Amino acid sequence: MHVGLHHYLTVSILLFCLGLLGVILRRNLLVIYMSLELMLNAANLALVSFSRFNDKLDGQVLVFFIITVAAAEVAVGLALIVALYRKRQSAHVEDLTSLKL
Amino acid sequence: MRLEYISLAWWILFLPLISAAFITLFTLRSKVISSLISIGAIVAGFIMTLVFIHANGIHVNVETTTDWLSVGGLNVDLGLKLDALSLMMTLIVTGVGGAIHIYSYDYMDEDPSKARFFACLSLFTFSMLGIVLANNFLMMFLAWELVGVSSYLLIGFWYEKPSAGDAAKKAFITNRLGDFGFLAGILMVWGLLHSLNFTDLASTMKADAGALGASATIAGLLVFCGAMGKSAQFPLHVWLPDAMEGPTPVSALIHAATMVAAGVYMLCRTLFLYDATALQVISYIGGFTALLAALIAVQQNDIKRIIAYSTLSQLGYMVMAVGLAGPTPAMFHLTTHAFFKALLFLSAGSVIMGMHHEQDIWQMGNLRKKMPVTFWTFLIGALALSGLWPLSGFFSKDSILGQAVEQHNYLLFANGVFIAGLTTFYTFRLFFVVFFGKEKSEAASHAHESSLIITLPLVVLAVFSLIGGLIGIQGIYHYYFSGEAETPAGFAAVLVEPFAHSPLAALLGLLAFAVGLVAAWSQYAKATTDPLPAKLGGLAVAMRDKFYFDELYEATVIRAHDFIASVMGGIDRYLVEGFCIGLIRGGTDLTGRVLRLVQTGNLQTYAFLFVFGVAVLLYLVLGK
Repeated sequence: MHVGLHHYLTVSILLFCLGLLGVILRRNLLVIYMSLELMLNAANLALVSFSRFNDKLDGQVLVFFIITVAAAEVAVGLALIVALYRKRQSAHVEDLTSLKL
Repeated sequence: MRLEYISLAWWILFLPLISAAFITLFTLRSKVISSLISIGAIVAGFIMTLVFIHANGIHVNVETTTDWLSVGGLNVDLGLKLDALSLMMTLIVTGVGGAIHIYSYDYMDEDPSKARFFACLSLFTFSMLGIVLANNFLMMFLAWELVGVSSYLLIGFWYEKPSAGDAAKKAFITNRLGDFGFLAGILMVWGLLHSLNFTDLASTMKADAGALGASATIAGLLVFCGAMGKSAQFPLHVWLPDAMEGPTPVSALIHAATMVAAGVYMLCRTLFLYDATALQVISYIGGFTALLAALIAVQQNDIKRIIAYSTLSQLGYMVMAVGLAGPTPAMFHLTTHAFFKALLFLSAGSVIMGMHHEQDIWQMGNLRKKMPVTFWTFLIGALALSGLWPLSGFFSKDSILGQAVEQHNYLLFANGVFIAGLTTFYTFRLFFVVFFGKEKSEAASHAHESSLIITLPLVVLAVFSLIGGLIGIQGIYHYYFSGEAETPAGFAAVLVEPFAHSPLAALLGLLAFAVGLVAAWSQYAKATTDPLPAKLGGLAVAMRDKFYFDELYEATVIRAHDFIASVMGGIDRYLVEGFCIGLIRGGTDLTGRVLRLVQTGNLQTYAFLFVFGVAVLLYLVLGK
């Protein structure tokens, strides 16, 4: 079987949807966070495949950027979650509704 | 012609305004300083007017202007018109007004709000001078309204009395009715002649008498509406007697000598506007007002109200004179009337003070001995008002009657003579009841003469009431309006001139005076109660009740107004506020409630909505 662009993109979409569902449905902040990473990587996968099938490097360059930013983001995000946990003794989203009127 | 001291005119106009502002801002706590500032401003104005006249003569004709506003084709200057008419009027306003200011210094001495009183007086003086000196309709209208405001403030000066507050409102609203017509008239003149400047308008009308076209009569009568309100002509006369709720100096200054004369002055200033029909209407309205007011005055018992109705009657005379194409007699009578009516009011004020604020004439009596100065000044005022030769009132009244004869309007002439008789009758009814006979109350036997500050202005005004007809005032007006010099030159010639000029008018006028005096003497010299109601029956009651005009207006105008107001109120409450505003308010509220459900505080709901939004957008942008 020949593996083409379509297959890569399908995997990418599936990954993205999985991540999205995780963000929307899971209650634990850490899990939501991981799902978010999953969505980022789904996008990365799509970019790399386009790059490969179009014989251009633009997509790959973009992926490097995304990975770099994601690494930084993880550092900040995890720090925030830890701080939040220390303050509230909980990492569940339904406890975080103090912005509601 | 080179004019000296032209800038003085601006000072004359604005000094009272500066004084009013200064008193209100800084010296409201000090009675003495405030009153001195106010008196100083008006006396300085009087002196400056004299200096100006001395330097340039009275027969100047000059305008001094600065740009004021320029909108589209409308250019209005802030300008002063200085000619014999306005200068004479300025002399009256500052001269008679000055005397009244000085009088008020003592009259208002015990009032805690004396400073406020003088601030209002100064504001009034400024507004009145604005009317007098204005060189265009717009500026005059502005001052006209300011006069209305200051009159409102002064009538309602004792605002803690409900009657004073009501009277102030009545005066203001009745005036507004007239002013509405005035404004419409001004707009019409502007629309037809494209100018508001009196000099330009006069020359346009002179060049082409038909410049106003078919609407000349309407325009003239609309402008006359303004005079009708300010000069309290029928049917807008009802406010003036009620205005007597104000302090007596106010009655003298505003509701006798100056403000109510503004209507007549305005008619004389804009004489070029009126065609024959308009003039005829004006003359009959004036004549009718004069008759009506004189009849009512016969059966009033409040000393100030009698004089107030007398003022109405005399204003009717003046308006009638204008309508008879006689601005000279009108302005002449305005001038002498300012002297003797201010005198009468101030004397009445002195009586009221002596009587400890009793105003019912049937509580007075025999004040001749107790208040000799007031007695004599009141007598002079009464005689001048009644028109005894050779007092000032005789000459001016005679010139009006003479004008009626000259115009062959014998109906108005007979009307005038009859009113002259009535005037004498009611004036001396008042006079005899107050100063002769027995004391009719305890207060009357303890009455006392007023202080020198009160009596001095009385004496000054009395002197002018005596000689006002002989000092060439008529000649000045005559020259101004007709361009001819006055015929009799010497003092003696002026004395007998009316008899030579129009013997019918002079002799009948004097006859009416004699009849009125004898009738008053026979009825009231020793009366302790009014004998007339028994003799006249229903007529006397009707006179006492002012011919039921207040009741008539209550039943028609006010009722209709209340009805319209309640309909409008209903529309406002239910249609505008209930339906229109309610719909918007309710809709906003409902939308808000619905949208509030979206804000759950749950992070994941937001995330979902965000994604949903992105999906919708993507579909809209890329979907097709």
